[in-house]
Amino acid sequence: MFKILAKEAISPTVNLFRIEAPSVARAARPGQFVMLMTDEQGERIPLTIANWDEAEGSISLVVSSVGHTTLKLATMQPGDTLAHVVGPLGKSTEIGNFGKVACVATGYGMLTIVPPAKALKAAGSRVFSVISAPSKSELLQPERLGEVSERLIVTTADGSAGRSGWVIEPLKELLVSEGIDRVMAIGSLCMMKLVSEASRGLKTTVSLNPIMVDGTGMCGACRVSLAGTPRFACVDGPEFDAHEVDWDLLMARRCSYPMEAACGESAYRCRSCAQW
Amino acid sequence: MAELNLSRVEMPRQDPLIRSQNFLEVALGYSATEALSEAARCIQCPKHPCTGGCPVGVDIPDFIKALRELDLASSSRILKNKNKLPGICGRVCPQETQCEQSCVLARRGAPVAIGRLERYVADWERRQDALELPLRLPPTGQKVAVVGSGPAGLTCAADLAVAGHAVTVFEALHVPGGVLMYGIPEFRLPKAIVRHEVDSIMALGVEVRLDWVVGNILAVDKLFALGYQAVFLGTGAGLPMFMNVPGEIFSGIYSANEFLTRVNLMHAGEPGYDTPLPMGSQVAVIGGGNVAMDAARCALRAGAERVFIVYRRTKAEAPARAEELENAEEEGVVFCGLTNPVRFLANARGWVTAMECLKMELGEPDAKGRRRPIPKPGSNFIMDVDTVVIALGTTPNPLVPATTPGLDIHPEGTIIVDKEGHTTKPGVWAGGDAATGAATVISAMGAGRTAASSINAYLKDPSDWPAIDQTG
Repeated sequence: MFKILAKEAISPTVNLFRIEAPSVARAARPGQFVMLMTDEQGERIPLTIANWDEAEGSISLVVSSVGHTTLKLATMQPGDTLAHVVGPLGKSTEIGNFGKVACVATGYGMLTIVPPAKALKAAGSRVFSVISAPSKSELLQPERLGEVSERLIVTTADGSAGRSGWVIEPLKELLVSEGIDRVMAIGSLCMMKLVSEASRGLKTTVSLNPIMVDGTGMCGACRVSLAGTPRFACVDGPEFDAHEVDWDLLMARRCSYPMEAACGESAYRCRSCAQW
Repeated sequence: MAELNLSRVEMPRQDPLIRSQNFLEVALGYSATEALSEAARCIQCPKHPCTGGCPVGVDIPDFIKALRELDLASSSRILKNKNKLPGICGRVCPQETQCEQSCVLARRGAPVAIGRLERYVADWERRQDALELPLRLPPTGQKVAVVGSGPAGLTCAADLAVAGHAVTVFEALHVPGGVLMYGIPEFRLPKAIVRHEVDSIMALGVEVRLDWVVGNILAVDKLFALGYQAVFLGTGAGLPMFMNVPGEIFSGIYSANEFLTRVNLMHAGEPGYDTPLPMGSQVAVIGGGNVAMDAARCALRAGAERVFIVYRRTKAEAPARAEELENAEEEGVVFCGLTNPVRFLANARGWVTAMECLKMELGEPDAKGRRRPIPKPGSNFIMDVDTVVIALGTTPNPLVPATTPGLDIHPEGTIIVDKEGHTTKPGVWAGGDAATGAATVISAMGAGRTAASSINAYLKDPSDWPAIDQTG
């Protein structure tokens, strides 16, 4: 059993959980994820590891209340236990001195991008970050990414914090003004897709979060078309070269549940993004 | 000499129309009277060819004799002496190509229904209050790690525990049992039986650690550093194969592994369970093996209106057991032979709506003697389906080999082992689907047993074996 040590509401719909999981904390590397089950009858859902503390034997997970299981999680309290947490799974982020790296994040990505950004900085890369949220209350602890970035550009759709707008314009400016060498994006699918369009010619990695069932390469639910070849996000990823990803297919697959109701034509359109 | 009885006692089954709407076991098992009259057919021939046909060498005439003498406790003991999972094997073993094929009665008529009798004895044992444990040798103080809790791992773990070793089984999923839990459906192998057989192995002192992905969380080399003196890899063949045709990534297209895992392991669609099973009403299952039959029959039970088995050869060449094919057809599954999908079509949302297929014809036999399917040019046609399950087989999961230096694999991904199950890495054994590619439960159990006996020999005197690199 995996005990919830702490739960912090970091936006109206997002909670940051600290969970006792010593074996995960011991092995975790930047960019990896866990599969989690709230109870024995629950779903297995993938969540990226946002932070870990080997000494305490804990991991942190950012949970946006968007689906059945994440809503269920939102009702759980410190002291409650999760039936299963397994990980770390997937490959870890490629770390090195890549020169100037632009880190672009929205949603839960604002926190899950911190471990890779920190490791990149420690390896000598210079980190420049751009984040965006619909409004100030939905910025997720921006100071955390700020701490590892030479520059952090904050944007909100309603202008309630930072610049008014979204991530693409500031990213395009950064690419030119700083002479960025490499881009890493984590967040909504449409954001990652549009970042990959804006960064043509520059090595760009994205962390994908398709539907998964087992998370260990057994089911193939998470298959992603990469340069025309199917790859499994759980074992071949979750990070991939953004310019090889077939974004439209990925977006459609993300919309596999449920068959009719919520997934009309607009269901995979990101609410915080005006481009769709 | 009594006259030979050449007809076996049939086992009652649920009516096809009723069973296709529920997940309860299809074959209902013998009553005591039925079991005894079937057991009476065994002539107790002196050569025991049936035992030779069993991959784990169960003393078949002996357990049948004890059953005949109404000594079920002895019968069960004889069975479990060689087979720790009799309730499972009695249900899912392909007896018709193993023990029953070797039965002397098979030359003149129907062989003794060994599988059904095995099931009867195992089910009797399960209903008893107290579990009878085999004698365990005194503790050796030696530790063995078993990776994977499927049939190979469980058998290996049980044998090593009986030999007195401390055994830890590492399982990646949230329940033990491997393919017995995620792959084989409830209506063929009730999960309560798997749980019972796992419990009986844990009662031997075997520790099972769930949620441990060896490779990611713990490398095999780390296991040695933690004090395990030998490692058995029973990691199965969990990687699904796809067709590599256009559109295969559309929504509504599943691997059989995913579809079956949702239904069997995650209980998708059952009240109280959270995992969804997004499925339409017209389901095509691609493939002709047992897994394809399982998926097709699950789809019917999950509410599909029409389910098609789409196979590029004919029924005669299909690798599924004849019994499973017959069960599927009785329930209403439609067999479309000599048909091969060449691409999938989808709606604007990327959900599959149809597949374009080619008609095939049979050509010359291939290396395995099965006639090769040859596409008929220009025979393309469209089949409207809104859910597809691809059941073309599986290959071993690369996670462990990829994180274990010195563990060599064949080009197709199976772990290289010698006849004792020893791998190219000192101190590491492997067996079951991980070493052979997808095969049967019983052959995996046989491999687990062989490896356990080799591990035993090694632990008694490691000096003759290559040294283990303990640098971890």
